[in-house]
Amino acid sequence: MAALEIHNVRKEFGSERVLKDVSISIDSGEFLILVGPSGCGKSTLMNAIAGLEPVTSGNIYIDGEDVTWRTPADRDIAMVFQSYALYPSMTVRQNISFGLEMRKVPKAEREQAVERVADLLQITHLLDRKPAQLSGGQRQRVAMGRALAREPKVYLFDEPLSNLDAKLRVDMRTEIKKLHQRLGTTIVYVTHDQVEAMTLADCIAVMRDGHILQLGSPDEVYNNPVDMFVAGFMGSPSMNFIRATLEDNSGGYQLRIATPGEDDLVLPWPQERIAAEMAERLNQPVILGLRPEHFSEEDERLTSQAEGTLLSASVSVVEPTGADMLLRLPLGEQEVTARVGPKCAVAAGERLSLRVDMGRAILFDAQTEQRIA
Amino acid sequence: MANVIRRQTPAARLGRGLLYGVLILAALFYILPLVVMLMTSVKPLSEISAGSLLSLPQSPTLAPWTKAWGEACTGMRCDGVGGYFWNSFAIVIPAVLISTTIGALNGYALTKWRFKGSELVFALMLFGCFIPFQVVLLPMAQTLGWLGISSSRAGLILVHVVFGIAFTTLFFRNFYVGIPNELVSAAKLDGAGFFRIFWRILLPVSAPIIVVSVIWQFTQIWNDFLFGVAFSAHNTQPVTVALNNLVNTSTGVREYNVDMAAAMIAALPTLVVYVLAGKYFVRGLTAGSVKG
Repeated sequence: MAALEIHNVRKEFGSERVLKDVSISIDSGEFLILVGPSGCGKSTLMNAIAGLEPVTSGNIYIDGEDVTWRTPADRDIAMVFQSYALYPSMTVRQNISFGLEMRKVPKAEREQAVERVADLLQITHLLDRKPAQLSGGQRQRVAMGRALAREPKVYLFDEPLSNLDAKLRVDMRTEIKKLHQRLGTTIVYVTHDQVEAMTLADCIAVMRDGHILQLGSPDEVYNNPVDMFVAGFMGSPSMNFIRATLEDNSGGYQLRIATPGEDDLVLPWPQERIAAEMAERLNQPVILGLRPEHFSEEDERLTSQAEGTLLSASVSVVEPTGADMLLRLPLGEQEVTARVGPKCAVAAGERLSLRVDMGRAILFDAQTEQRIA
Repeated sequence: MANVIRRQTPAARLGRGLLYGVLILAALFYILPLVVMLMTSVKPLSEISAGSLLSLPQSPTLAPWTKAWGEACTGMRCDGVGGYFWNSFAIVIPAVLISTTIGALNGYALTKWRFKGSELVFALMLFGCFIPFQVVLLPMAQTLGWLGISSSRAGLILVHVVFGIAFTTLFFRNFYVGIPNELVSAAKLDGAGFFRIFWRILLPVSAPIIVVSVIWQFTQIWNDFLFGVAFSAHNTQPVTVALNNLVNTSTGVREYNVDMAAAMIAALPTLVVYVLAGKYFVRGLTAGSVKG
């Protein structure tokens, strides 16, 4: 049975439609991440699941029960807020046990629950402090402890890491992942950070303008995006989009990339990845999507079976990140980013031969921005 | 502010000296009436008619104070302002507590449980702050009559509560607007209801604005004269009305020292409240705006 099922949920504020027919279903123990740019409706959807805002139409089921019109308290959910929302006048201990107290759990059991989560999150030494005396990371832990103490059916995380500094964010990310693996809880997690989405999720829902564009595993969303928005949103640096023309190449297809001042660049499309829709777009403009890691140095081995296509370009900017190198180079009329190994000895202005892994390239329609192949 | 870098040239010092001179003069001028009142209230009547207003009392006496408290004539009766002093407390304390409580609940509901038209309700309540007292005298008298509490303490309390709610609601609404809504959301998810959230989450952090509301309401109601004179009987008059009657009662020679002592008695509670809680008042008024 699905732990959480969202069925055709719509939300309107006056004439503004914030959620347009959203449907999601996740199983018990799954980690769902709602990701998208600000204003895409992800937080509204979260509030709808929590019961903090009524939906205009549609239904929400938790553990098979219709909770659409139940109060937040009656849904058996817990939420970790972006601002942590710790009760300022209460100690950490009181903060954690407040929800249990409201549910009339006996004092002894409450104490036990506090000890349990404090132990789990390593905040036992903070139990008698007030929230104002805690650092950002500690507040974050207490906020999670408050959610964990009640052992609800579904946990909601609303951008919980966005107020932490970069290093702490990475640490807490790992910690949340460990916690999820250990406790097997059902989690819905809102973020605008695609790295968090990729690293934490079992299932990612990419949202935009109140729609879910794609719902799938991190691998699916990253490697098989449904359209240019999803492709561009996931991954950093983001995918390169190159204008090209789809041409016939003795039975197969090839992409012609017009290059000002030079010969046109022609990239053959791999035989095994030909899709039926490609025939309709023959000799029409298309968009070729290449992630930075789809480029590699000429002598490097390719990850996919297909033979890469060689191209040569003069590098305009070299950005070493330590672990690898990001190169900016012109390709056709645009500049693209390529990710190469840290040992690559190239300076700005030099020409470099790069291999393009067409086996992983993605083709989009230039008008609809939908994926073709 | 103590470690501001200042220029130490002679001209700058002179300027600063002048600045302080002016400030001290202004402060002295400001406190003068109080000093004159205090001095006059402890002078025997003979000294007042002979000496100048600013001369120090030669043979200080507390007789004017005891007379003002227990013997001076206020209209027909001659039992001082003491009884009316307690009358004022009996009106002010319930009125302050009730109006502050209602204001806090209003502010809480208007910010944390918003409903369609809650902004309009708030705007209308705000309008209550600008209604002149005189406008409502007659309808209020009529209403109190219907309710059967005209000329009673309960009636005066009701009037002050009704008028006070506009201000207390404004105070608490503006304070609670600065408290994150997520706190209330978290408490809702934890299973707390309307009153529980108010009592356990919001009230414990409301001390600064409660102080503001209490001081404001206390001074407003204590100093009120118009409602007191319009809606009270002899035995329910607040001290402000009694003071007026005392000063206006003309039997024989005018006893300025007793008048001043009575005025001091009438002003004392508000003075005490300001001295004790004044800094919290300023702190509370700015609490919302300064907090990062």
